[in-house]
Amino acid sequence: MSDGYPEYMRRSIEKVEATRENRADIDFERMKPEESQETLDNFHPDYRKEGKHELKVGPSKGELAPIELAELLESPSIIDPSEIDLSQVDYDVEILIVGGGGAGTVAALWAIKEGIDPKDILIATKLRHGDSNSMMAQGGIQAADKEVDSPVTHYLDAIGGGHYTNEPDLLKALTKDAPEIIKWHEKLGIMYDRDEKGEFVELPGGGTSRYRLHSAGDYTGMELMRVLMDESRNKGVPVLEFAPAVELLTDEKGNVSGALLMNLETNEYYVVRAKSTIMATGGFGRLHVQSYPTSNHYGATADGLIMGYRVGIPLRDMDSVQYHPTGAAFPDQVIGLLVTEKVRSLGGQPVNADGELFVNPLEPRDVEAAAIIRECYGREKGITTPTGMRGVWLDSPLIDFKEGEGTVAKRLPAMVRQYERFNIDMTKDPILVFPTLHYQNGGLMINSDSSTAVDGLFAAGEVSGGVHGKNRLMGNSLLDFNVFGRRAGITAAMHARKGQKPSKLTLDHLTKYNKELKDAGIERKNPSPMLLPEYRGKRVLERHLDVQVTL
Amino acid sequence: MSDEEDKKMIDIYVMGRRYKVPEGLTIMTALEYSGYKYVRGCGCRGGFCGACSTVYRKEGEYKLKMDLACQTAVEDGMFLVQLPFVPAVRKGFEIEDVDPKQNDNVLLEKYPEIARCVSCNTCTKACPQDIKVMDYVQASLRGDVDRAAKLSFDCIQCGLCSIRCPADIKHYHLAQLARRIKGRYIDLESSELAKMVEELQEGKYDEELNKLCSMSKEELKKVYDERTFQKEG
Repeated sequence: MSDGYPEYMRRSIEKVEATRENRADIDFERMKPEESQETLDNFHPDYRKEGKHELKVGPSKGELAPIELAELLESPSIIDPSEIDLSQVDYDVEILIVGGGGAGTVAALWAIKEGIDPKDILIATKLRHGDSNSMMAQGGIQAADKEVDSPVTHYLDAIGGGHYTNEPDLLKALTKDAPEIIKWHEKLGIMYDRDEKGEFVELPGGGTSRYRLHSAGDYTGMELMRVLMDESRNKGVPVLEFAPAVELLTDEKGNVSGALLMNLETNEYYVVRAKSTIMATGGFGRLHVQSYPTSNHYGATADGLIMGYRVGIPLRDMDSVQYHPTGAAFPDQVIGLLVTEKVRSLGGQPVNADGELFVNPLEPRDVEAAAIIRECYGREKGITTPTGMRGVWLDSPLIDFKEGEGTVAKRLPAMVRQYERFNIDMTKDPILVFPTLHYQNGGLMINSDSSTAVDGLFAAGEVSGGVHGKNRLMGNSLLDFNVFGRRAGITAAMHARKGQKPSKLTLDHLTKYNKELKDAGIERKNPSPMLLPEYRGKRVLERHLDVQVTL
Repeated sequence: MSDEEDKKMIDIYVMGRRYKVPEGLTIMTALEYSGYKYVRGCGCRGGFCGACSTVYRKEGEYKLKMDLACQTAVEDGMFLVQLPFVPAVRKGFEIEDVDPKQNDNVLLEKYPEIARCVSCNTCTKACPQDIKVMDYVQASLRGDVDRAAKLSFDCIQCGLCSIRCPADIKHYHLAQLARRIKGRYIDLESSELAKMVEELQEGKYDEELNKLCSMSKEELKKVYDERTFQKEG
């Protein structure tokens, strides 16, 4: 038995153990449409009007966005256009890829297949190549490839889960390209879980009506990302690490003609001229919308949304944020970290302080999250941790109870390891969970070929919006960055091939945007993009001297 | 999240300099509490990316230990330094050229230094993921790609093994090659997937997909609510 839980929590665990056998085979009824709507309205953070701000400037003026994002959008740039010398081009490339996560790396590989010489590509990324949410995805990737399934059913599951707000063309691309993506992965040598005949072992996810989830243990994203990076290295794609784009560059017509990068260690800027620029910067979890903890990577600070918006790309579905139903709620050191949905796919149940099952374990993510919040704050049936965090139990030992001892250890090694570090054995004891800020459902508007409203700019992955509408299903984000990373790479390559080198590099769009802010009477003191979140101690920041020290 | 004033304070030493931090933080959050803003040395903050490799020693002990800053709780008297980068050499390859049926031992060919392994097991002891690193190096030496791939599967490529190795083996690059060979050549191809890809290329689902694309919300809602669930995989 693990000794990571205090005595009073252990008493609640005893109740979970007492009800386990009787709960094991219950097929808890899924919520009727009316009940799920009511639960969302009353308990999902997205449905609180106070958290939203109506945008006053830019291409999506009048639309709602989370306050934390709106403040960054309605801010001046961290750079002053008048201080930048754009006459010296440091990197002159066919394709600039902003962001070295899943979408960016896939885009590079497909641009090469489309005939672009690898050395004419540049991946510029804020942290290391591969540092991204893609790396952290545990559960799996959806693709309909079984007899009982089809892209049609996949489409239906996703559009229902997205509350019918998904962009049909984008969703069609997602579901239809999926099997071909897995085929490509087979050729690259990705180690998916298979049976003895070589067929994929597939699981259901929240809101999926078929067993469609391909996984590689609970390190699926990591396995994909490290193979994609490995292949990118084989092909010799130049990567500039610790060099985020801080703004896009435009030509005299307002088309995107490259970007301005910053060396995060020396603060020197670099000018990149590119025929095609692909925005693949990922999401915004580190904005901690509505003060929620997040499962996201350190670099998920909405930079691409800010840069793309300033250059004229409208945003969509920004009013919806995905809270993953099960983030870790105990111990303190892991609050917000993801507890993969696969725990529930394998049979784990969410249960309350009295050991009662209160929701079907595989509702769509927003409904499942709202039901957990309802249990904690509506019905007062949660468990409160010593530091005041509330959560419900996720009965992980039930998996071994039903599927045989050793299943959890075999299928969820990353999770087991994470909890072992804090003296909790999730194969024997349940774990405490509460929703965590997980995914930016919306983003920059794209077309089905990953092009945008502005010539020269393409976007793919979490930074883009429309594919998932207002709620993404499990296993569709790994798929998203592959499908649209591929499309972005191909479209950007075609665009680069037929285009001339941009004649001019300017920051005119920034000057224009700054004027718009001024005309709207907005004065903010927190320039963006944010680049890195702030977690330094309060005392240190209060005593922080803003002076340059010469080395 | 928690009230700092109530917490017991402990001492940590960051590259020799002492800071007082609340008990219960991870090494990563303790450094931030002390005033360090990460550029390097911080990645996913969840134990998946290997950016925050940390070497430490506890007061009164002589052993150097290694772990991930985001996954390890600070302890009183910890001396810490981060090693966020390993300048290890990696051998490029074309996936088409590494078929184990066409090669004698491609792992040994690409990384001949594995023959210098002295079985000291330092790599295994250094691994924050508790991978049997030495065992997969030995498997590679024997040409057992399948075993090397399976044993190394949880590798986060932090590079701590290679930093410690007296034989200068680049374990994590070797392991990556082994896994790709397994994924491509040792694992059997899925026939179900091949069939679906073929059907898609023939346009089998185009009509139905287009029909869904043009449905109104009400029509979609009806079809969605009536859909059936697969009971077992």
